[in-house]
Formats: sequence, structure tokens, C-alpha cells
Amino acid sequence: MSALLKISGLRAAYGQIEALKGVDLTVGAGEIVALIGANGAGKSTLLMTICGRPRAAAGTIVFDGRDITNLQTFAIVRFGISQAPEGRRIFPRMTVLENLQIGATTAAPERFDRDRARVFELFPILGERRHQRGGTLSGGEQQMLAIGRALMSQPRLLLLDEPSLGLAPLVAKQIFGVIRAINAEEKITVLLVEQNAHHALRMAHRAYVLQTGSIVLSGTGAELLANEEVRAAYIEGGARGAA
Amino acid sequence: MGYFLQQLVNGLTLGAIYALIAIGYTMVYGIVGMINFAHGEIFMIGAFISLIFFVVLGVLGVTWLPLALLLVLLLAMALTAVYGWAVERIAYRPLRGSFRLAPLISAIGMSIFLQNYVLLVQGAHEKTLPPMITGGFELMQSGGFMVSVSWLQLIIVGVTLLLMVVFTAVIQLTPLGRAQRATEQDMTMAALLGIDVDRTISLTFVIGAALAAVAGLMVTLQYGVIDFFIGFLAGVKAFTAAVLGGIGSLPGAVLGGLLIGLIEALWSGYCPSEYKDVAVYAVLILVLMFRPTGLLGRPEVEKV
Repeated sequence: MSALLKISGLRAAYGQIEALKGVDLTVGAGEIVALIGANGAGKSTLLMTICGRPRAAAGTIVFDGRDITNLQTFAIVRFGISQAPEGRRIFPRMTVLENLQIGATTAAPERFDRDRARVFELFPILGERRHQRGGTLSGGEQQMLAIGRALMSQPRLLLLDEPSLGLAPLVAKQIFGVIRAINAEEKITVLLVEQNAHHALRMAHRAYVLQTGSIVLSGTGAELLANEEVRAAYIEGGARGAA
Repeated sequence: MGYFLQQLVNGLTLGAIYALIAIGYTMVYGIVGMINFAHGEIFMIGAFISLIFFVVLGVLGVTWLPLALLLVLLLAMALTAVYGWAVERIAYRPLRGSFRLAPLISAIGMSIFLQNYVLLVQGAHEKTLPPMITGGFELMQSGGFMVSVSWLQLIIVGVTLLLMVVFTAVIQLTPLGRAQRATEQDMTMAALLGIDVDRTISLTFVIGAALAAVAGLMVTLQYGVIDFFIGFLAGVKAFTAAVLGGIGSLPGAVLGGLLIGLIEALWSGYCPSEYKDVAVYAVLILVLMFRPTGLLGRPEVEKV
């Protein structure tokens, strides 16, 4: 399996606070890789640093054989990395369709109709609401739009930050189903940050555990799911709240 | 009645010029959330560039008016746009991500710099241009008073409305406009989706400066007298127009500009004209008391 994304010794900081303290992580082409960890462990920072915000203070990020560590954020998307970030960040005063159009900024214009049709097929509710403003959507619909928008750039690597956060269990299930589908059918590689460790580990091929800015554990999804420490820290403790 | 109508016509003309400048304030505010206090100076530079090119074309013997006007318009827009681009690049971009007041102070510095630069290279004396577009038509005779509209007044109001429509369409319908709105709403997210945010902001300054150049040309043609200080007063008025109409809103800027022009002209027509600014700001205060976001501004409630 060839590495699509290879991160080595990555450090990043917000001001004085060091959020990543030398992270090594690999995502193979075609994989779903989950990143689990407590609040403030640096999961979101890791996804944002891949996209150049904040910039890496040290270490390298290599995507498909190219060093993208010091590229500008907007240029990184062109290589095929897109993100549905923490908090979804839908453009609230733009319609669903316009949000998708912005998502397609770097894509070939002639593919727009096809890609849009695909997003509406994955999330039919977005098709119904295509002329509605993003700010008026429900949380689940906004999450669907965030993923759909990220797909419009035809990424090879999709970064998803807490796609199930705050969603009703049924909606979360639908979103996990879509993530599986795009990974299986369109060979889009996924790096997934999740609080819902149980779900994430079940669907991930491999996973990493991030703790205060460092990777402390890694393995296949099944291995981590069976790991006592992981269960105690991220599943049983959290499951009571999430169930 | 006739006198009233005449003041209305004059007020609309003045208001259209304010409106063109106000569009630049409102677009920049909309996208980067800062007041570009150097924008009035950009307008003043547009007026000077227009005047200089009229003189140059006169020397070169280009006397056919439509051609001269078109050339001056294009050259002034292009050159003034370079100034707008440079101001953003030099004074604002390095401060992006700094604390909120920094670009504001830098803007005031830029404004003082540009004023003194023109003072230095052009001198303090007023520059004049003889009327170039003359004639007009008589609208009506009313109460022994002849209401007349000059071709130039018609052109000024017409061009302003046309530019407002064009740029509203650009912002609503084109990829550039979408990128501008996305940048306005969430700069980081726009970048994550592949929008070159720096370029989008540069283009916004370029467009704003080009529109200010059109206003500069109009002022030169309509009033025929300019000096290095006209940018300050016009800038403050246009900024007021943008706030009155709802800063961030393009039709709001035009509405605000026209209203301020009308208030000034009507007040000057019937009351002591020294107090016309008092009238303008009294209306501004009244409007902001009841509509803090301006006439067409959007209230800041969004479900996120």
C-alpha cells in the first residue's frame, strides 16, 4: 500500500501554545484512517495544519510524493486535499448551491453538473434545499453540506472533523454510511477525526490515538477497538454519554 | 415647485458622485471588515489623473470629445486602480491578522501620505478645467422658474446607476463575486476551498479604486475645480453615505449617496447652506438610532 499522505515530526503552535509536538502519521491510498483523542488533544489542529493553517513550525507533510508543508492554503486544495472542518463553517448567507459552487472553485467547470448531481444523490435533502441559505439549514443538513462542498473539489484525500458532532443518532448513521460509500465507490481516502470513537474505529481501516499533541497509539481499527486502554479512555467512558 | 425640482436634480448629481465613492468603502468593508480611510484620497487621485490626461490629450490634439472622454475614463480607471492595489499591498496586507486597529491607523497614515504626495507634486493651488460637456435640456417651466438638466448631470446619474447594477450583478452572479462573498463570510474556509483570498481582496480594492476614479472624472467635469484636499471631504461624505445605507450593502451605498446629495442640495436651497453638513449628520444619527445597521444593512442575526 502506498502512502498518500505522510506526516513526519510535525509541530504546530497557536501563539505560545504548542498544539502538536512532533506527530508522525501515514494515510495510505484508499484507506479510512481515524484519529481519536480527547478534547484539546490537537486533532483539529492536525487537520488544519495539513491545510497550512496554522503553518507547520517543524516537520514535513508529503502528499502523493510532493512536499506541501509550505504551500499556501488555497494551493493545497488544488493537489486534491479538501476538508469539512470543525464547526462545519457553512457560508451562512449563501445558498446551498452557492456553497457547492465555492467548493468547486478548483475543479474543472465541465464536471460541475455531474459532481453536484452526485452530492444530491448522496444527500437528497440538499437537493430539495438547494436555493435555501446555508444559515437556515439544520445542524445535520449543514454537516451534509460541509461534506458535499468538500467533495465538489474532487479530492483524493478528504479530511473530516467530527462529522457526527451534535447530530441525532440516525443522522450520524446516515453520514457514516456516506463516508463509507464514497471511500468504497469513489476510492476517496479519508482521514477522520471523531469523538465518537466506537463508530470511528468500527469503520476505519487504521487509527491513531492523539494525546496532548503526540501520537500515543496506533493500529487497525479492530485492534484499537479491542485495546483495554482505548476502551477505558474513549469508548466506555464516552459511550455512556453518547449512547 | 420649479426651484425645488432644480435642487432635486442638482442633489441627485452630487449624490451620484458620493454613491460611486461609497461603493468602494462598502465593498472593502464588506470583505475585510475595515474602513479604508485612504479611499477618499484615491478618489482625489482619480480626479487629478483625469485632469492631467485631459490636458495631455489636448496637447496631443485629441479634440473629438467622445474619444477624449473614453480615453480619459479608461486611463484614469486603470491608473487609479494601480494606486488602490498598491495601497492594499503596502499598507493593509502586511497587517492582516494583526489587531483590528492596526490597519485603521495604517489607513489614516496612507491617507495623509497620499494627500501630501499630491500637494507636493501638484502644488496647493486649485486646478481648473473648462467645461467640456455643455448643453442640456429644459425639463419644464414652473412658477416662473426654468428647470434645466444638463447632459452631464444625466450622464453622471446614468453611469452611477449603471455601475451599481453591473457590480451588484458581478457580486451576485460571477465566480469572482462568489469568491468575494465567501471571503467576506469566512476567510479561512474560503482558503480551505481553494480561493486565493489575497487575490480576491486585491481585486476588491482595484474595483473600488476604479469606481472612485469614475467619480473623480465626474467631479472634474461637473465642477471643474479640484485640489489636493477634495478627497478628505468627499471621503467623509461617502463614508457617511455607506453607513447611512448600511455598510456592506452595495445598493445601500448608492441609496445613502443619493440621499446625502439630496439633503445637501435641498437644505442649501432653503436654509443657510453653512449648516448643510449639520443636516446630513442629523439625518445619519436619526437613521442609526432606529436602524443601527443602516437603511439596507442586514441585521446580524444568523442561525449557525
